[in-house]
Amino acid sequence: MTTRNVDVFYGEKQAIKDVSIDVTMDNVTAFIGPSGCGKSTFLRCLNRMNDTIPIARVTGDITLEGEDIYAPKMDVVQLRARVGMVFQKPNPFPKSIYDNIAYGPRIHGLASSKDELDNIVETSLQRAGLWGEVQDRLQDSGTALSGGQQQRLCIARAIAVDPEVILMDEPCSALDPIATAKIEELIHELRGKYAIVIVTHNMQQAARVSQRTAFFHLGTLVEYGVTSDIFTNPTEEKTRDYITGRYG
Amino acid sequence: MTGSILFMLIIVLGGIAWFFGRVKASRFSADNKKRRAVHSLPNYHGWYVALWTIGPALLFLMIWNTASPALITDAALTSPAAEQLPQDPFARGAILAEARSIASGQQVQAFNPLSQSMVEPYRTAISYYRTLGMVAALLLVFACGAFGWLRLKPELRARTKIERATMVLLLFASLIATITTIGIFVSLIFESARFFSMVSPIDFLFGTEWNPKAVAGPRGETGFGAIPLFWGTVFIGAIIAMIVAIPLGLMSAIYLTQYAPPNFRAWMKPILEVLAGVPTVVYGYFAALTVAPALRDFAVSIGISGASSESALAAGVVMGIMIIPFVSSMADDSIAAVPSAMRDGSLAMGATKSETIKKVLIPAALPGVVGGVLLAVSRAIGETMIVVMAAGLAANMTANPFSSVTTVTTQIVKLLTGDQEFDSPKTLAAFALGLVLFIVTLLLNLIALRVVKKYREAYE
Repeated sequence: MTTRNVDVFYGEKQAIKDVSIDVTMDNVTAFIGPSGCGKSTFLRCLNRMNDTIPIARVTGDITLEGEDIYAPKMDVVQLRARVGMVFQKPNPFPKSIYDNIAYGPRIHGLASSKDELDNIVETSLQRAGLWGEVQDRLQDSGTALSGGQQQRLCIARAIAVDPEVILMDEPCSALDPIATAKIEELIHELRGKYAIVIVTHNMQQAARVSQRTAFFHLGTLVEYGVTSDIFTNPTEEKTRDYITGRYG
Repeated sequence: MTGSILFMLIIVLGGIAWFFGRVKASRFSADNKKRRAVHSLPNYHGWYVALWTIGPALLFLMIWNTASPALITDAALTSPAAEQLPQDPFARGAILAEARSIASGQQVQAFNPLSQSMVEPYRTAISYYRTLGMVAALLLVFACGAFGWLRLKPELRARTKIERATMVLLLFASLIATITTIGIFVSLIFESARFFSMVSPIDFLFGTEWNPKAVAGPRGETGFGAIPLFWGTVFIGAIIAMIVAIPLGLMSAIYLTQYAPPNFRAWMKPILEVLAGVPTVVYGYFAALTVAPALRDFAVSIGISGASSESALAAGVVMGIMIIPFVSSMADDSIAAVPSAMRDGSLAMGATKSETIKKVLIPAALPGVVGGVLLAVSRAIGETMIVVMAAGLAANMTANPFSSVTTVTTQIVKLLTGDQEFDSPKTLAAFALGLVLFIVTLLLNLIALRVVKKYREAYE
């Protein structure tokens, strides 16, 4: 995915200024920065979730495999099937575990038979590392799971429609350290199968899970590069200050 | 001095007591320079004395006004004129009532000469007890006021006491509504019991012939089978009205919460809610004069037999329209209460708006919607004006929406308007019908509130 000169406005207020980033398909990319710096806003441009906010306006070019995702002929429904999303707070639907996973395949018609759908559900749960914990109770409500399990359920749900990119908006901020470790492990395993973009407040997490890191500050992209470089040898002074905890 | 002047006098005295209490208390703080030596502000001391002045006296007057009529009658009966009164309790009661209303000035001329002779004893008794009550009330005002005033001390916890008095006042206010409900229920039960002593409950609840005009044999009262009324009520209120109100209400709620641009919503929602404020009489005209004839002509033109100008359909459709705001505002609330994370989750999966609404929002909001529908049903089956004007009086058991049916409320109106005797089963049947209606709507409301509450908890 590439983005060029992206600006985002909420009404009169500019939230993102001139951001250009290439998200490579076989890497995990982390967006870091202090609260309110626009990293989540930018993430939500990548699958056009900002469309749901009436006053938001996005300009610039964002392309997925060469197609402009904001072009009039781009179908936003198709786009979101290709660019999945996991939210800050786990948000399973108030349905059974099975139906949560089957939701996407059903609306997009990905399975032509019950067996095929069962198969997709099982594979997705296995990839999300949840199969062993829930295989005996697929008909239980998804909301009855623990927070960490719910978040992995949401990741499994995103995987089920076989996306190319998965966006994760602070996926661990509502979880305890053990559940967080499991999600990070899962991100490692998913790397290479899907392009993953993760927004995080936790710099150690960015260092642990990502190969490339972008540092945002006040709506601008300060620095973007290989994670190890950003953390050990940043070129910008602002990045160094943030990483060493001088502010933010 | 009449009752209202006495009442105002007591209030004025209370105001004076408030003033003196306050003045006395202000002096405490002037005398006491130490911090917190005076427990409460002067204002609270003022209220404390005022409450002592007014409260016991008003309470006494309330009890006195309930008790004194019996005392007055007893006193009047001890007079020599009372010896000529007939022993028959009915005739005796009528004469006493007449004498009393002449004595208190509500009536000028006596109908029965015996009453005239009782007027004088009554007049004496009334003025005696009235004076007694007034003197006692004024004595109470001064005695209790003085007691309150004497109790004022710097360390008196007037503030806490006023707090408690406020609580009692609020409790009293809330009890009035509750007690009224219970009172209505009890009076319905009482009158219904009289009805059921004349007509068997089984005939009433399961009989299929409603024709209360029939004067029946000694014990075989007939024509009180209420099934046709129950059917008419359910047919209009719970079937036809809901077929109209549920889809329209739900769809308008969905449009308003999910699709409508904010400024359209800002216009549309109040307009929809105005529907709930239109007097039902106006709906009644509309149903009877516009909708019903149009439906009849339509039915005749397509050859439906039994079409009447007072049809179940006309009443039901108009009632459904009246109910739309109830359904839509409940549905609106419950859809809006579904966390937006749920909606975003579905949209981010690539679902369209309508798929999201159908598969995520509506299932999640369903309990709230069901609660709203149940409240709407209970409102619809208790609705009177529309059915009186548009549904007709013929107690038909028919599923043909173009024919005339009647409802419980229509029949209650019919039974209780005009002249009636309160000991005939025909009149008492109205209370039995009211009791059934009351129980059904009460149950519906209880279930609906429970469903809605359970649903609220699920998202908190």
